[in-house]
Amino acid sequence: MPPMLEIKNLHASAEGHEILRGVDLVVNVGEVHAIMGPNGSGKSTLAQVLAGQPAYTVTQGSVRYEGQDLLDMDPEERAQAGVFLAFQYPVAIRGVTNAYFLRAALNAIRKARGEPELDPIDFLAVLEEKLQAIGWDDSFVNRPVNEGFSGGEKKRNEILQMAVLEPKLAVLDETDSGLDIDALKTVAEAVNRLRSPSRATVVVTHYQRLLNYIVPDFVHVLVDGRIARSGGKELALELEEKGYDWIKPEAAVA
Amino acid sequence: MTHAVDARDGYLAEFRRFADNGAGAAPAWLQELRQAGIERFAAVGFPNTRQEEWRFTDIAPLTQTPFTLPTSPGTRASPEAVEDMLGGATGARLVFVDGVFRPELSIARGLPSGVKLGSLGQALQRDGDLLAAHLGRYASIERNPFTALSAAFVREGAFVHVARGVSVGQPLYLLFLTSGAAQGRITHPRNLIVLEREAQATVVEAYATLGAARHLTNAVTEFVLEDGAEGRHVRIQRESDTAFHMATSQSHQGRDSRFSSCSLAFGAGLSRHDVNAVLDGRGAQLLLNGLSVLAGRQHVDYHTMIDHAQPHCESHELFNGVLADHARGVFNGRIIVRPGAQRTDSKQTNNNVLLSEAARADSQPQLEIYADDVKCTHGATIGPLDPNALFYLETRGVGADAARQLMTYGFAADVVSRIDVPEVRERLDRLVRARLAA
Repeated sequence: MPPMLEIKNLHASAEGHEILRGVDLVVNVGEVHAIMGPNGSGKSTLAQVLAGQPAYTVTQGSVRYEGQDLLDMDPEERAQAGVFLAFQYPVAIRGVTNAYFLRAALNAIRKARGEPELDPIDFLAVLEEKLQAIGWDDSFVNRPVNEGFSGGEKKRNEILQMAVLEPKLAVLDETDSGLDIDALKTVAEAVNRLRSPSRATVVVTHYQRLLNYIVPDFVHVLVDGRIARSGGKELALELEEKGYDWIKPEAAVA
Repeated sequence: MTHAVDARDGYLAEFRRFADNGAGAAPAWLQELRQAGIERFAAVGFPNTRQEEWRFTDIAPLTQTPFTLPTSPGTRASPEAVEDMLGGATGARLVFVDGVFRPELSIARGLPSGVKLGSLGQALQRDGDLLAAHLGRYASIERNPFTALSAAFVREGAFVHVARGVSVGQPLYLLFLTSGAAQGRITHPRNLIVLEREAQATVVEAYATLGAARHLTNAVTEFVLEDGAEGRHVRIQRESDTAFHMATSQSHQGRDSRFSSCSLAFGAGLSRHDVNAVLDGRGAQLLLNGLSVLAGRQHVDYHTMIDHAQPHCESHELFNGVLADHARGVFNGRIIVRPGAQRTDSKQTNNNVLLSEAARADSQPQLEIYADDVKCTHGATIGPLDPNALFYLETRGVGADAARQLMTYGFAADVVSRIDVPEVRERLDRLVRARLAA
């Protein structure tokens, strides 16, 4: 069986400026990986490239997802194949309610997989079940997607989408930023509930804090567009203590 | 210029025929209203794009067509066509075809006592005093030459009167159909809706063409809300894209009244709708919304004017435009806060999404504030669908085309979802979906 995600020598740029400069990463099914790094190191770029953001151009390297060429797939095909990105900055969709949007998304994915689409009533049952499972009420289900949402509500909404769409590979981009400790805990609990031997999670974060609650199997440090160091969960604690300065890009060469 | 003068003369001649043809027997107040209207029109004629109020809307195609009043009763519209236009509504309605009231297609029974629902023609017989007290008192003939023409040719339309404290449970539908036989015809639907103190009513006014006649509708609706009244006005214009549609909706609110207005423009090749609201009593609240969904070479011009004449009033205004192909949308939103209208709270928003490179929108806010303790905000957007939002939807498995459709629908739903009468909202939601799918 191929790895769930295999990134080889990935280079990506935006507006002619190279941001990723040779990322290598293997994520196997059942694993949780954390990608840490200082601001501007390329963490969010990596997450966005995995989701297919057209603003970035991949100039070198490859990304395989379950053995398929991920870079050859449109963003919607990636989602239909089970890749999910929880956005650092979720986008508002004027006039479209969360419930309507979630049903459209779930049905698009079901349709692509040859499964029957859900009518509004069946979908509501699914939604209720997911909300109950993660212990949230339906207070933002009938509001327009992310419109007028607080920072915490937006992040929770990303997690709700993840719960409904049940991705195989979830990439969480700075899901902890802007959350107070209680919100952080409920988000982490919801993520942990989705952990399973048949899925994998990549958590992108600047701070170690989230990793107290979503405990990773592997921690990678991205510096200047390359993974400069990899280790177990203790690496995150070391970073918390010493900061990022002691890890130099040259370490990648050694 | 010659065209416009010829066109004016044509309408003046039409007025003489109209006055000779029975209109001369009208009560004195009505004759005065008509006379004032035609004199005003004779003095100013048709507007042109050199006038600030008409800068973006060239009505030359309208003045070049010699429209005349219908000379025979409208061709028979089938009950099925009426049902279709009402989208399944079964309640009270007044139906007009080619400007003529059609009692056999209308339903005016089953209403609480204290509710009058009938044609203007009927009301002239039965409720002359009420008409004399209100008709033409709110919509100014000075502001728009088409309103002056409406006053000159006032004869038929809908009359709704709700007595003090009475609440009309069901929406009242006013349906103005133009048949294929109305090629080259002009109609002047003239509606008066009066809600006495603390009365409540929802009125849905709809304009549609059966077929594809090149006709001109010149509609004026006056909506009066006395103190504490609560009114909702939904207006749907989906005439043929060969039609011209000129309209004024004028509301006048008393103290602590609440009015919600939603105007939808889906049809006509060239349309102009002035939506004017006067908040003339302390504590009055107004929601003034609108939506246009246009394609081809359609042109819509919304001019809104909210007049805060008294203190402690609130107005919230949202107009969205969805413009495809070569369509063009114009929005001019004027807000006046009179001296003494302290504690006014007013918010205006105009959003336009351009679905093609050739579509165009112009948006002009116009705030005139003469009081110092007020909150007035405005904002406008014009542009294509947000690429970040499209990408966001795609990352959730929604294909690019479906994502564009969903966002376009959301743009329209943003307005329609604010209608708080479920039956009307759901009907409009279906109309919006059908319009976007077309």
